[in-house]
Amino acid sequence: MNKGNKIVITFISILFGLIVGALALLIAGFNPLEAYQIMFQGIFGSPKYISWTIVRSTPLILTGISVAFAFKTGLFNIGAEGQYIIGSLVATLVGYFFELPIVIHAIVAMLAGCLAAAIWGGIAGLLKARFGINEVITTIMLNWTALYFSNYVVFWEPFKRPNRDASQQILDTASIEILENWKVSDAGREFLSNNQFLKDFLNPPVNFGFIIAILVAILVWYILKHTTLGYQLKAVGFNRDAAEYGGIDIKKNMVVAMMIAGAIAGLAGATQVLGVSKETAILTAAEGYGFDGMAVALIASSNPIACIPAGLLFGGLKYAGSKLQPSIGAPLEVINITIGVIVFFIAMPKLIHILQSAISKRKRGVKVENTK
Amino acid sequence: MKILNDIGGIIGISLMYSAPLIYTSLGGVLTENSGVVNIGLEGMMTIGAFAGATVAYFTGNPWIGFIAAGIAGALLALLHAIACVTFTADQVVSGIAINFIGPGMALFLTKIFFDGAAMTIPIDLNDKMPRPLDGLFTQGSFIDSIFNQYATVYIAFILVFLVWFMLYKTRIGLRIRSVGEHPKAAETLGVNVYKVKYLAVILSGVLAGLGGAAMSIAVVSNFRNTLISGQGFIALAAVIFGKWKPQGAMWGCLLFGAAQGISIYLGRSGVISSQLLAMLPYIITIIVLILFVGESRGPAANGVPYERNK
Repeated sequence: MNKGNKIVITFISILFGLIVGALALLIAGFNPLEAYQIMFQGIFGSPKYISWTIVRSTPLILTGISVAFAFKTGLFNIGAEGQYIIGSLVATLVGYFFELPIVIHAIVAMLAGCLAAAIWGGIAGLLKARFGINEVITTIMLNWTALYFSNYVVFWEPFKRPNRDASQQILDTASIEILENWKVSDAGREFLSNNQFLKDFLNPPVNFGFIIAILVAILVWYILKHTTLGYQLKAVGFNRDAAEYGGIDIKKNMVVAMMIAGAIAGLAGATQVLGVSKETAILTAAEGYGFDGMAVALIASSNPIACIPAGLLFGGLKYAGSKLQPSIGAPLEVINITIGVIVFFIAMPKLIHILQSAISKRKRGVKVENTK
Repeated sequence: MKILNDIGGIIGISLMYSAPLIYTSLGGVLTENSGVVNIGLEGMMTIGAFAGATVAYFTGNPWIGFIAAGIAGALLALLHAIACVTFTADQVVSGIAINFIGPGMALFLTKIFFDGAAMTIPIDLNDKMPRPLDGLFTQGSFIDSIFNQYATVYIAFILVFLVWFMLYKTRIGLRIRSVGEHPKAAETLGVNVYKVKYLAVILSGVLAGLGGAAMSIAVVSNFRNTLISGQGFIALAAVIFGKWKPQGAMWGCLLFGAAQGISIYLGRSGVISSQLLAMLPYIITIIVLILFVGESRGPAANGVPYERNK
């Protein structure tokens, strides 16, 4: 299948998703046009909303790249969720307990989060390479282990914030929020009061995470496309036996692939902590960043660069969907149905081909009639 | 006697928590033996849990709720079957889609039916799944803790036998397995590959739906957002753990349930952090996999879309 065709299928699937979402709203007694208008307004209506959309999309882009990367190497990373949790936990720990100069502190915290998550992901890779255990099982088990482990650490006395279900907040030096202190300083307030657009845009916790996500997308694309490592990883994903025959150490590659995927998902968690939440909360259930990342990777047909628009689409829909409930009382879960339907149609290119050829046949038929 | 009763308590909890997993993993065994990977079990379980709790609440009858759960799971499975069998979709991708659609619909409908609430209204305790052997044994005794279970627990074990019997002792079972192993050969012998796959996938949805209801109208008495969270995946793990056999999957579910039972029991004593204990079932599963299972090979044509003329 060529690239152009894939993009067409993606867009048709998105259209189908929105149609089914509208039908669900209609059946439930809401006006879908009104709902979509609210959502559109909710994303583009104000610079504030646009930056919120970007902030919300950032972790999804990164977990999407993580899953996409693993897909390319023939592995199925359901574990992005757990790797995300470990990444955020370790970034919070380093952000709170270490005392380092600004910028360096943030970088160290991020790298620590990545490294821990890489190890976490690597466990699944190692278990597959060494014992042949399906990575789908291990990553699922590791997701839950990560969740409870994170809770355990947050409950640790020196780390827990008293009277709150969360950890202590990271030090200011570790923050990656853009102009965080300046925004609330006198000079900053004065400047922003004269510049409404910038004031609105900077109102949400705008942070460097989005830029980092773009850089990671380019880096991963480059690694897969232009390096020996990328070639080997893809070869293992494409045909394991052929790769082994060609002299590639497939076991090592499996571990490396899962470590890289883990590091990227961990980075998603780290940027979220350092840029937005500033803390790790006690979780009762998975937040879903890893699972949402799977949808992002699929909408992007596992292309790391395409994860950026796919992540923005998903993040935008989720953010805008949250505005449905307060305004018209429609459940925001309609977004999950929409996303599910998009992925569902992406899964069956054959159906879309059939539709396409049916439509083009009819068009041709019309033309023939006209020439008569 | 105290120790004996405690052990009985642990076994009882283990059985109760294993039952929903057993239903779902049996569904997984059926669909994967027919060669269709079903990651969507999680979503089918969730919609089943919702349908079961909601219908049981409105009708006041757990059995109608239980059946409704099976139907709801089947409907979602039908989508998966259409995508995977008719349109040769990527089965994993379709499964992921199901996992968005199922829980999304469940919560969407919960909010519609229950005025925006994120959980269904708990069913009356009298309308829960009955305990058929209740009152037969001395209350709190060893035997009572183990055998005084909800009807859904007994049905789960009966189904293990039925699915085993169906897969290995009947014609349809042979067809399901042959379609998963070598669809072309099966087709040559006159088996309608598509029909068989549809049947297996839809049955897996029924079973996953029942598994969800075994959670929402027996273990607890309502549906909420976090009720299923991950159990469909654990059931899937049990399928692989059990090497795609019904009895094997059952052992996988029992192992997980037992680990959960132990961690709940130890949690009551309050000595060990509940968070660490909660990790236990997952870590034990991984360790058992390392020690006993190793390389697992499923049905040969599992996950490969089948097209008649290719």
